[in-house]
Amino acid sequence: MKYVIIGGSAGGIGACEAIREVDPVGELALISEELFPQYSRPMISDLVSGKASFEKMKYRGDAFWQKNNVELKDGQKAVHLDFKEKCVDLDNGEKVGFERLLIATGGKPIVPKTDGVDKKGVFTFTTVSDAERLAAIVKKNQRAVVIGGGLIGVSVADALVKRGVVVTVVELKDRILNLILDEAASRIIEDVMEDSGITIVTGQTVKSIIGKFEDDTVVEGVILSNGEEIPCDYVIFAIGVVPRTELVVGTDVKTNRGIIVDKHMQTNVPDVYACGDVAEVYDFVYGENRVLPLWPTAYLGGKVAGYNMAGKKTEFPGGTAMSALKYFKVPVISVGLVNPVNDDDFDVVIHHDPLRNVYRKAVLRHNNIVGFTLVNDIERAGILFFLMHSLLDVKEFSGILVSDDFSLASLPSAVRSKLFMEGTRWTASPE
Amino acid sequence: MRRILVFEEYCMGCGLCEVYCKVQHSQSKDLIKAYNREQPKPISRVKLAKAKPISFAVQCRHCKGSPCVTACLSGAMHQDEESGVVVHDPEKCIGCWTCIMVCPYGAISMDVSGSGVVAKCDLCTELDVPACVANCPNEALVCEEVLVKQ
Repeated sequence: MKYVIIGGSAGGIGACEAIREVDPVGELALISEELFPQYSRPMISDLVSGKASFEKMKYRGDAFWQKNNVELKDGQKAVHLDFKEKCVDLDNGEKVGFERLLIATGGKPIVPKTDGVDKKGVFTFTTVSDAERLAAIVKKNQRAVVIGGGLIGVSVADALVKRGVVVTVVELKDRILNLILDEAASRIIEDVMEDSGITIVTGQTVKSIIGKFEDDTVVEGVILSNGEEIPCDYVIFAIGVVPRTELVVGTDVKTNRGIIVDKHMQTNVPDVYACGDVAEVYDFVYGENRVLPLWPTAYLGGKVAGYNMAGKKTEFPGGTAMSALKYFKVPVISVGLVNPVNDDDFDVVIHHDPLRNVYRKAVLRHNNIVGFTLVNDIERAGILFFLMHSLLDVKEFSGILVSDDFSLASLPSAVRSKLFMEGTRWTASPE
Repeated sequence: MRRILVFEEYCMGCGLCEVYCKVQHSQSKDLIKAYNREQPKPISRVKLAKAKPISFAVQCRHCKGSPCVTACLSGAMHQDEESGVVVHDPEKCIGCWTCIMVCPYGAISMDVSGSGVVAKCDLCTELDVPACVANCPNEALVCEEVLVKQ
């Protein structure tokens, strides 16, 4: 095979599309553990809520692999990589040779050591099969404990509430969504979650999961670190994911938390690339490579990797933490650094309108935007992201960034013409 | 592909582009019904950017390597390979707002009261001339056909 891709989610799909743009005929195989990998992973909560069927979750159509002339090896697991022989061993004994390899194995859910995690009714929430199993048993008035108040936890809580489940969210830190929002924005979301009947427990973790008296293998409740017991019918671990780097452990491929890649998404081993949740990609706010387990970042990284694998030099334009939330009818967009710790280095502009529940905040460092949060009025988010990603000096108009009147017309004409002439650099464009 | 050119020096900020975009994307295609009677209320896909004395209309630029297509979580946004038009499928869209996060023009709208998902300029491909262009009284919007090699 000329190209082999391990993993068929956002990164793998992006790479296939980029490779086929450049090279319509080179042999291309994709190995995926999942049977229908081209579904939208971020939509698994919509499957649980009932908002989306699996059909609607299809990120690409049924004919995607065929149309792109990809040999799909689905339901198969890559178990060993041999960079000398340049081949991948599959769990069925097959060997797949490659000229160029992309590792897009994604992340695996974090499940901390907790007594009772093997009981019936304990879930992780990463794949469509996790979601299908949960969706199948959910009934009105049941009780669920969601462990983790981050993006996944909030999405599961939203879905379960829509199904009439009584939900408790347990968050280790002092507030939910603490990695992507500041305190004021967290508070807004906590309020609407509590209004919809969710109990939020902060500063606690689940110490153990207890079983029923009549059958210890079935979940009866959880015990928090403060000793409090919360009875429930199921427990969902929604703490986050860590890079699935198992395949490269003990090989020459360098890893930190994830696989380290250069700006072309290539690892330190020639012809071996990585992208998505398994990789550490360039974060333009922090100026260093980090794990950024986000769908758009994975797809973009996959495209960049694909172009390079097919011989078209392309640079990853840099990503950062960036999330859009649609839960509990409060739209939120939050990007980059929104909780600066050392106040001296940063300037912050805030507009808060409690009556309309509108909150806008931008964080500046050396006259560049390094982060922003918009709550309930989010349509101009992309303009801020453009200014931020282009590292434009916004000193002269920083006051207006979070105002009600902010629009493209508020920008200096030089900035406007740059935008209309050149567009955004947040894209995969070959040199 | 069809392309809409925006001449900010001719824009008077009248907002008729928004009015006729709404009408064009209403059920009745009638101005009075669209504004007064239709539920859900149709929304405009063109946005008038205004900061006195500057004003101009902003609609989807159908960028090459579109950030909205890159970011879309559901596959609802896609770029037509031949025409280069960025097409949004409201049936596939789940309203996650991720495209809004990355559109540098802020050209994508939330149709909260209607479809519950996003809405954007479709270039009025069923019309000879897009509604915003046809109803711009000062030729601040001009439509042209260009050959686009994607």
